[in-house]
Amino acid sequence: MNPFLAAAVFIILAPVVGILITGLDRILTARMQGRVGPPVLQPWYDIRKLIQKKQVAVWGAQSFFIFCYLIFIIFTGALFFAGGDILLVIFAFTLAHVFLVLGAYVSFSPYAHIGAERELIQLMAVEPMIIIAAIGLYQVNDSFLIGEMADHPGMPILLLPGVFLGFIYILTFKLRKSPFDLATSHHAHQELVKGSTTEFSGRTLAMVELAHIYELVVMLGFIWLFFGANLILCALAIVVIMFLEILVDNCTSRVRWQDAMISAWFVTLVAGAGNIFALSIM
Amino acid sequence: MLSNVRYMELLIFLILFPLLIAGLITLIHGENFRRGAVICGAVLVGIASLFALMGSVTSHPIFYSVPVGIIGILIFIGDIAISGYIIFVSTKARQYLVTAITIIQLILLCAVEYLALSDHATIPELFLDQLSGIMAAIIGIIGGLICVYALGYMREYHTEHPERPDKRPQFFGIMFLFLSAMFGVVFSNNLLWLFFFWEITTLCSYLLIRYPETDEAIKNAFRALLFNLVGGACIPIAFIVIFLSHGSDLIGLHELVVAGPGIALIPAGLIGIAGLAKSAQFPFSSWLVGAMVAPTPVSALLHSSTMVKAGVYIIARFAPVFEGQLIGILIALIGGVTFLAASAIAISQSNAKKVLAYSTIANLGLIVACCGVGTAEALWAAILLIIFHAIAKSLLFLSVGTVEHQIHSRDIEDMTGLVTKMPRITMIILIGIAGMFLAPFGMLISKWASLHAFVESVPPFGILLVIIIAYGSGITAFFWAKWMGKLIAVGEPQQKDESHIPKSEKNILYILSALTIGVCFGFPIISWYLIEPWLQNIYQSVTELISLSNIEIMFMMLFLVLIMPFSLARFSRSASRVPRYLCGIPESRSTEFIGSCGITREIELSNYYLDKIFGEERLSRISVGIGIFLIVLILNIIIVGGGL
Repeated sequence: MNPFLAAAVFIILAPVVGILITGLDRILTARMQGRVGPPVLQPWYDIRKLIQKKQVAVWGAQSFFIFCYLIFIIFTGALFFAGGDILLVIFAFTLAHVFLVLGAYVSFSPYAHIGAERELIQLMAVEPMIIIAAIGLYQVNDSFLIGEMADHPGMPILLLPGVFLGFIYILTFKLRKSPFDLATSHHAHQELVKGSTTEFSGRTLAMVELAHIYELVVMLGFIWLFFGANLILCALAIVVIMFLEILVDNCTSRVRWQDAMISAWFVTLVAGAGNIFALSIM
Repeated sequence: MLSNVRYMELLIFLILFPLLIAGLITLIHGENFRRGAVICGAVLVGIASLFALMGSVTSHPIFYSVPVGIIGILIFIGDIAISGYIIFVSTKARQYLVTAITIIQLILLCAVEYLALSDHATIPELFLDQLSGIMAAIIGIIGGLICVYALGYMREYHTEHPERPDKRPQFFGIMFLFLSAMFGVVFSNNLLWLFFFWEITTLCSYLLIRYPETDEAIKNAFRALLFNLVGGACIPIAFIVIFLSHGSDLIGLHELVVAGPGIALIPAGLIGIAGLAKSAQFPFSSWLVGAMVAPTPVSALLHSSTMVKAGVYIIARFAPVFEGQLIGILIALIGGVTFLAASAIAISQSNAKKVLAYSTIANLGLIVACCGVGTAEALWAAILLIIFHAIAKSLLFLSVGTVEHQIHSRDIEDMTGLVTKMPRITMIILIGIAGMFLAPFGMLISKWASLHAFVESVPPFGILLVIIIAYGSGITAFFWAKWMGKLIAVGEPQQKDESHIPKSEKNILYILSALTIGVCFGFPIISWYLIEPWLQNIYQSVTELISLSNIEIMFMMLFLVLIMPFSLARFSRSASRVPRYLCGIPESRSTEFIGSCGITREIELSNYYLDKIFGEERLSRISVGIGIFLIVLILNIIIVGGGL
């Protein structure tokens, strides 16, 4: 597909896909908790409502940083689906998150501040695994271009089982699901109120929600790369993985940041680094 | 274009002219004269170094033999004089270890001279190629800017510390002497010359670090001297190896590298160790952290354009020799370990200058890792790193120095909400920090390129380096981003007050920020006209290192980042302001709340330093241990390899 077309399709369709997945997530979560749950389109209703709200903030700069966050998440996704260099995608992704963290810092709110610190810890915890995943995919495909990775006729996951496992582990951080929802959480009653997003409201919060939805689609895109051209298998895997994530989300309690970070690094080292090391010897 | 002879005059001018300025400043006192001399000197050196840079844009290196035979003897006498001075000061301060190493070095050097007496081939003493040109531009422009910045800074420094002796004439003299020696290092082809200039930089850094004359400064100055001398002692040994095994034909840098790893590997390994010491890799790194006691311009000079850059320069020179060799891999591993450990230690530091110091060590580690791997791609990344780091780091040091004089603290915690008090300086610091770790600024291009380079080189060691970078990259993001956050976290807006900052300081900071952004836009040009032709000469073939489409994407990102601030105005108008959420118990001011027992408390927020995990002492101990192990391993290989 034409890269520009692919990017445009991502920008338009990703919110739709993301909202549907998030909506299903909320229904499934509700059922697990013995509730009926909201309609599938509830995430969309939420965002629409937020946009209509009166704009209030501690400092105006908050919305600026969150705007940058949204723009760069979209940029990252567009670059990803246009088939760009995977390392560049990862670095753009980091840049986007730094903007989110700065947006949380600006308010000088105790809750947002600790949320920002934890957001950074999460960033530090997952970054090694994401880079190692990129390197593993390079070893299999002999190219850093996502466009070429996507055309892989076989199943990269067969050569990258450890990398895949490690990636699933850190996916929990990225989806902001328990036990690794340190910085901000979907669930109510948190010790940090709403953590890094405490001080966002109205349109700013809508931008955060939208960015999370784009982010979800990008992360699922990464999973796709492990399956190459086998799209049906990939869809099946995504369903299973999302179900497991939701299950884990609902039956675990949040861990301390030390445990989260150290365990992520450990899994990265044992599963991810071990795998690419073995590949380079073979 | 100038003729070759003209260029050689330019090189000699660049080495001798700063020396002249140094002499004038030291001898003729008086603030106005010094001011004039420093500014003139810096401008002329900067322009001349730009000419040298332009001159290097040719297909082949230019060599030049100095027609005066006596200079060889003068350099030997100079070496003895330096050693003599070090022996004198070290015995006076009862630093006998330093004395002992200097004596050993002197004996080795005499042996080298003895060998050279019976066998001296004529090789060109000076040369100019693209790498020398790039280094010269860094030294001339950044070094010159730092000297000018120091004018205003040192005046404030002495008003603030009236108890410390005011020796500014010597101070500026040494700064210029340093520049002269650095030009000498990057233009020397004759390794004996290079060693002479190398020793001058060691001596200069010692003198500059002990400038405050406090007990701590003197102690740290001797540590810097000791570590650099230990490293430096390896160079005469390399000379002896060269003389004994292959004769004096190979005492030229270019000749040695061209001779290939079979001949050059052992001398290159020895000189590489000297480079490791100078570029503050583990286990040597503590001298650079200790150098923080010196006034800020000194730190900026040591960290960005001189001293440590001499270390990585020499390792980069020998990179083709290291390619695919065990010694090269070990050097790369030392660099990798240093990158990871120093980045991790930076997390636990709240002293801004220490954060900068550890990040310098980390970045040098990355450069060393690239050079140790030694492939064309890795070397490409290394040279870009040298350029980006020199500019961004000098910017950061100088802006932190400026902030320190205004808020009388160099603690990052005290910089909370600096954006309202000093918006411009904060913006400059943010640019510097972004330049250090954020896409699409310079440093990231190199990190990206080094990942590309490592993944294919010397399996499985290349992958080991990749894993190290993967971890280091997340760690770097953590400590830089939390510093950025501190700067922009505003409780109660403070009175804006930037008027006390000397104009010269401000202007230098503006120039450096412009340079930081400028090289991000200009790096493809630097790559096409300078780095790629240079690599072409060395490796004969160079594959396309960074594709055009990626450069386009990078520019797109850079453009986005740069235009974003313009949307700030719109956002700040559109929102109505509310107090921050404090569980419903705010006081009259929005930064206060009513605590238990009805006491009104001020909100205090500080960053995470994760001391238990990333404590400085523990991590340094471990990495110094690893460093010593790897260095000894290299020495063992050299000894065994030499015996075979």
